[in-house]
Amino acid sequence: MTPTLDLVPIWTVILGLGVFFYVALDGFDLGVGMLYNFAPDRRARDLIMNSIAPIWDGNETWLILGSVGLLAAFPVAFAIIIPAVYFPILLMLLALIFRGLAFEFRFRDAEHRTLWDHGFAAGSAIATFAQGVILGAFIQGFQVEGRQFVGGSFDCFTPFSIFTGIALMFGYALLGAGWLVIKTEGPLQDWARALGRRALIGTCAAVAIVSLWTPIIDAPVAARWFSWPDIAWLSPVPLITLGLAWYAWRSLNNRSEYAPFVAALGLFVMSYLGIAISLWPMIVPGHFTLEQAAASQSTEAFLLVGTLVLLPVILVYTAWSYWVFRGKVRSDIGYH
Amino acid sequence: MHLDPEFLSRIQFAWVVGWHILLPAFTVGLASFIAFLEGAYALTKQPVFLNLSQFWLKIFAISFGMGVVSGIVMPFQFGTNWSRFSDAAANIISPLLAYEGLTAFFLEATFLGVLLFGRKLVPPSMHFVAAVLVAVGTLSSSFWIIATNSWMQTPVGYEVIDGRYFPKDWFEIIFSPSFPYRLAHTVSAFYVTTAFVVLGVGAYTVRRGQTLAEGRMMLRLALWFLAIFLPLQIALGDLHGLNTLEYQPAKLAAIEGLWDGGRGVPASIIGWPDQAAERNLAEIAIPRLGSLYLTHSWDGEVKGLKDFPADQRAPVAIVYFAFRIMVGIGLLMLAIVATGLILMARRRLDGSRWYLQLCQFAACLGFIAVIAGWTTTEVGRQPWTIYGLMRTADSVSPSLTGANVVLSLLLYVAVYLMVYPVGLSLMLRAVWRGPGPSDEAIPIGAGRPKTPIDALGSSTAEART
Repeated sequence: MTPTLDLVPIWTVILGLGVFFYVALDGFDLGVGMLYNFAPDRRARDLIMNSIAPIWDGNETWLILGSVGLLAAFPVAFAIIIPAVYFPILLMLLALIFRGLAFEFRFRDAEHRTLWDHGFAAGSAIATFAQGVILGAFIQGFQVEGRQFVGGSFDCFTPFSIFTGIALMFGYALLGAGWLVIKTEGPLQDWARALGRRALIGTCAAVAIVSLWTPIIDAPVAARWFSWPDIAWLSPVPLITLGLAWYAWRSLNNRSEYAPFVAALGLFVMSYLGIAISLWPMIVPGHFTLEQAAASQSTEAFLLVGTLVLLPVILVYTAWSYWVFRGKVRSDIGYH
Repeated sequence: MHLDPEFLSRIQFAWVVGWHILLPAFTVGLASFIAFLEGAYALTKQPVFLNLSQFWLKIFAISFGMGVVSGIVMPFQFGTNWSRFSDAAANIISPLLAYEGLTAFFLEATFLGVLLFGRKLVPPSMHFVAAVLVAVGTLSSSFWIIATNSWMQTPVGYEVIDGRYFPKDWFEIIFSPSFPYRLAHTVSAFYVTTAFVVLGVGAYTVRRGQTLAEGRMMLRLALWFLAIFLPLQIALGDLHGLNTLEYQPAKLAAIEGLWDGGRGVPASIIGWPDQAAERNLAEIAIPRLGSLYLTHSWDGEVKGLKDFPADQRAPVAIVYFAFRIMVGIGLLMLAIVATGLILMARRRLDGSRWYLQLCQFAACLGFIAVIAGWTTTEVGRQPWTIYGLMRTADSVSPSLTGANVVLSLLLYVAVYLMVYPVGLSLMLRAVWRGPGPSDEAIPIGAGRPKTPIDALGSSTAEART
């Protein structure tokens, strides 16, 4: 057989980016959804919802791409991970249904507005929590036989995964607050900054606890981070994270408009890198590496051709739609 | 009681896909209709087209939102409940599903934002382009999903290694033998479904007497469209049936309720297929007619159910009746459209209240036919997920217990039963408010929020003045 180009690293990067785009984009609008519950009045709620109304379904689409991308690039990982987190996935999907429909229904179904307001906030919170549980369960690993998950459907709920669920709620809330600082002004912006500070404290505490908890329950992770010379190579990760946390705190307290969001994104990038470093090169921790789980070359190549053309196009028009709806949220565009 | 995770997972899949398919059945056609209305307005500048476009956009926004969220559920079902199928078939079906996401979903989701909220922000030409791109997105979505489904129905272009399926020829995989027929028949069904909704809403609008111009336009557009597409749809259905005869003979035998194959087989009109006794009870059948329409020859040979082992037969009664419901509705639709055309020719369309009322009831016919058609083809494929190759029983996730699936199924049922009626009532409310410039007359700040489309209405009013 002639040696062919190994596409696995390319797909690892694409899938990694895809999942990150989902986390960053739907992350902030789920975060906005959670903060929505604390909004001072109806006018504020209208503005908050309008700040994400034109873009949320585009953001959520990355979830489809993430899940189908996992199926395409690393099928066995999909076949193991998804049934293993059966109930968190169910919770997430049902919560996303409520949340997504609240956008449309809230403005048209005036009699039940309170119901849809709660549906929007609770849906956002539950979906976020469920995603955090999935993340925690993924880090902990699954009971696998051959190419299938053989554990129980409730195994994924552990103290650790419940904690990562709560942690992600703080993280998304921070992203959401950063977004609202960009999109609002005046008292509403001050309100977003105040909530952002609380979310930041929660996020930092959660990141610190998860960073310590993971090596305690997982020896290979501990070996990766705390052995010499890795500890020297990897030390920038926690250091930069600390720096970003300080920068986020400062920007939430001064008048910067974009810095809180950027800093929050930076914190997500670093946490994401931290998880990737901990698990590398596994895609199903303890069982399958990226190479072992990869799809056939033909599958990877066939999908890569289109992805390399279409993904940049998607990024361009996603950027364009953000550009169209740039600036402070106006009360005369969108629902009102 | 023993709870079978496979059976329950099938029910769950049927439940979530059944509700989901109602939305594409409507939005695929409606997106094209709105693009047509936007184009017609750009060309003619007649306000009736703009009013109609804004009216239907309201309804589209609700149904599309429901389509997005119920659609996100679907790919996860492959993983949560059908993980062995996912592992076996991923190398073939995953790129098709991924291409759907890449080409379609993003187009729709992104440009829908512009279509709904961007009329003030982008030039009119760009707004029309957004409408077209949303329509293209919905069609592209159908293309890839039907390609995936068709490969599962008529698998080709693959090789099997260790019980898993690997691609050999992508062109063959995408354009599998049943794909062109299934795609044409499905998209055309979606268009017909939407046209019947437009017909029904048009009839209601005319009957009510407000915004007459819009109502009359809807009636006529729908009738002319159906005059072409309904016969076409019936012809496409026939072709699809012939394709099934060739590639999925066991399914066709179940559709026909044909137990004993051979030459010159009868056409079963109606009866009760008894799977255990291997015959139809109380059957009315016409001798030799079956061979005629299946093979286009009086003594063409057709395989019967008994030509296949009992464990390779679909649940016959479900397939048999679902097919008859679909065909019955098709014929009923044909009668309604023919009547409408005759009334139109005699210039009595707008005054025939009985007919307008009939059209109102007929608005739901397409949806019933789509569900019946989908049931025919999906239940008819059983007991296979990949026809003739992988059994449904071997596809289900090994970790699931019956209790797990009961719990998830109950939650899906509860949420869908809560969400769908609200969505439907909101769409009906938009219909009740009606199209037209009356929107602009709704006072702002009277306790009722302006909807995005009302905002569009007032913005175009500004543009016109």
